[in-house]
Amino acid sequence: MTAQTLPAETPAATLGVVDLVNVSRWYGNVVAVNDITMSLNPGVTGLLGPNGAGKTTVLHMMAGFLAPSRGMVTIDGKPTWRNPAVYRDLGLVTEREAVHGFLTARQFVTACARMQKLKDPEAAAQRALELVEMTGAAERRIETFSKGMRQRTRVAAALVHEPRVLLLDEPFNGMDPRQRMHMMELLHSLGDRGHTILFSSHILEEVEQVAGLVQVIVAGRLAASGDYRKIRRLMTNRPHVFAVRSSDDRRLAVALMAEKSVAGIEIEATGLTVRASDYGSFTRVLPRIALDQGIRLHQLVPSDESLESVFSYLLEG
Amino acid sequence: MSTVAFITARGLFGRRRALLLLPLPILLVGLALLCRMYDVSPDMWGQAVIVALGLAVVLPVVALIVGTGVLGSEVDDGTIVHILTKPLARRDIILAKYAVAASVTTVVSAVPLFLTGVLAGSARLGGALAVAATVGAFAYSALFLLFSLVSRRPVLVGLVYILVWEGLLGNFVSGTKNLAIGQYVIAITDKIAPNGMMDTPVSLTTAIVMSAIFTVAGTVFAINRLGSFSLAGETS
Ligand SMILES: Nc1ncnc2c1ncn2[C@@H]1O[C@H](COP(=O)(O)OP(=O)(O)OP(=O)(O)O)[C@@H](O)[C@H]1O
Ligand SMILES: [Mg+2]
Repeated sequence: MTAQTLPAETPAATLGVVDLVNVSRWYGNVVAVNDITMSLNPGVTGLLGPNGAGKTTVLHMMAGFLAPSRGMVTIDGKPTWRNPAVYRDLGLVTEREAVHGFLTARQFVTACARMQKLKDPEAAAQRALELVEMTGAAERRIETFSKGMRQRTRVAAALVHEPRVLLLDEPFNGMDPRQRMHMMELLHSLGDRGHTILFSSHILEEVEQVAGLVQVIVAGRLAASGDYRKIRRLMTNRPHVFAVRSSDDRRLAVALMAEKSVAGIEIEATGLTVRASDYGSFTRVLPRIALDQGIRLHQLVPSDESLESVFSYLLEG
Repeated sequence: MSTVAFITARGLFGRRRALLLLPLPILLVGLALLCRMYDVSPDMWGQAVIVALGLAVVLPVVALIVGTGVLGSEVDDGTIVHILTKPLARRDIILAKYAVAASVTTVVSAVPLFLTGVLAGSARLGGALAVAATVGAFAYSALFLLFSLVSRRPVLVGLVYILVWEGLLGNFVSGTKNLAIGQYVIAITDKIAPNGMMDTPVSLTTAIVMSAIFTVAGTVFAINRLGSFSLAGETS
């Protein structure tokens, strides 16, 4: 094949593809990751899953800190295990927030730039600290920082060499809403600039706000993968929160309040929002109550966003 | 100095356990000074202070504190990740850490041993102890660096090596003497400055060759282990 027959050869700068092919990982006889195949491209992807789903295990395999028991993990075609050269194009922010606390933020990020063998480590560190808005506290020792500041410093360190691939394990943990918002914007803009960003979370809203693409893993398996809206549609089929409208919302609310399966009710002009603690018994009990009270139900719409229901739904489906 | 060595050294002296390095050398020199001041003959205290305390305890324990401090502590608290996520040959990381460990151990143990040797008799004995301690520092450092990567409790494993393997077994099972760094140190000292305090079961050649083997093998294994360094998920 000649160069002309190829569609304009992909320039190096647009690569940054992480591939998992039939990857499994077990610890003793615990299967933490079970036959996952996925491909990450530039842009922001959320890795969503409940506690113990295997998110950290997946991220660590991608980052070359764990050998897959089966399958292949590659970045731009190169295996990550026992291949330190990948770190030129890879940044990792671990869940465990260990930092060299005796260094200042600037010393720490500059040291990372030096170990990346960057040409101008000081300038790179300054740029990274600006990105995460840590220039104000950059001369303070990291051990004096709050959780959110440490987190941002670690992100700066992982970003200092502008890696094509950035992996973050639960990056929003311990951040206040403002810091969270800023971090989300940062991930967004990095994604827009063509970096491949993967971050894990067990909170759906976080993923919703940042990532267009979502990989959902439950109990070590890839339960769903793709566009956030598609996954959300799957999710709303198996809800715990309902919007209810009836001929007499107030009276219905009072009657429902006495029910065990009802965890909470809000009365609004447009109807009731009912939080059910038990999906099955609530849907059985509601028609009976309505009948007893002589109330007509106009509408019963699931509006749940709880992740648990997504997971159980996706698993069964 | 490489950045890895810089961070390693800062980490070593930044932690409180660095203070553990002070008492033993001070005790060693202090005891020798006391004996000297009260004009006790070195024949009476030389063996106990130099061999039983200096070579059997101070040198290996200092090496253990430093050797596990340059790597084991970072593995333990997870900060090693920041060094490992860099495109650095694992060999260079180990060599940088090894250089810090071996040189700090050398300074902290060879200097007090030199002073003790001088106080006990001659500059020659002092010099012999310093040279031997340097060789010992290099071999012990490689071993304890390796322990930091093969065990989650490198300090414990190191203490077992020092107290049980070199200490206890050495007295009963003569074969272990050929595999004890402490014996090489004694042999080297005695060859440079013959003295009545030491019995040397290993030859100088054995001592030198074996020290080199410990040093090289420990380092090579450590490089290989670091290459497969794993970060498991959290058990829930
Ligand atoms: N070192 C280990 N030894 C044994 N089992 C492990 C180990 N690490 C993780 N596991 C198990 O593997 C599974 C996946 O763990 P992992 O840490 O990857 O999950 P996670 O999705 O990151 O969870 P979390 O949200 O709590 O961080 C869990 O069942 C966990 O108990
Ligand atoms: Mg995790």
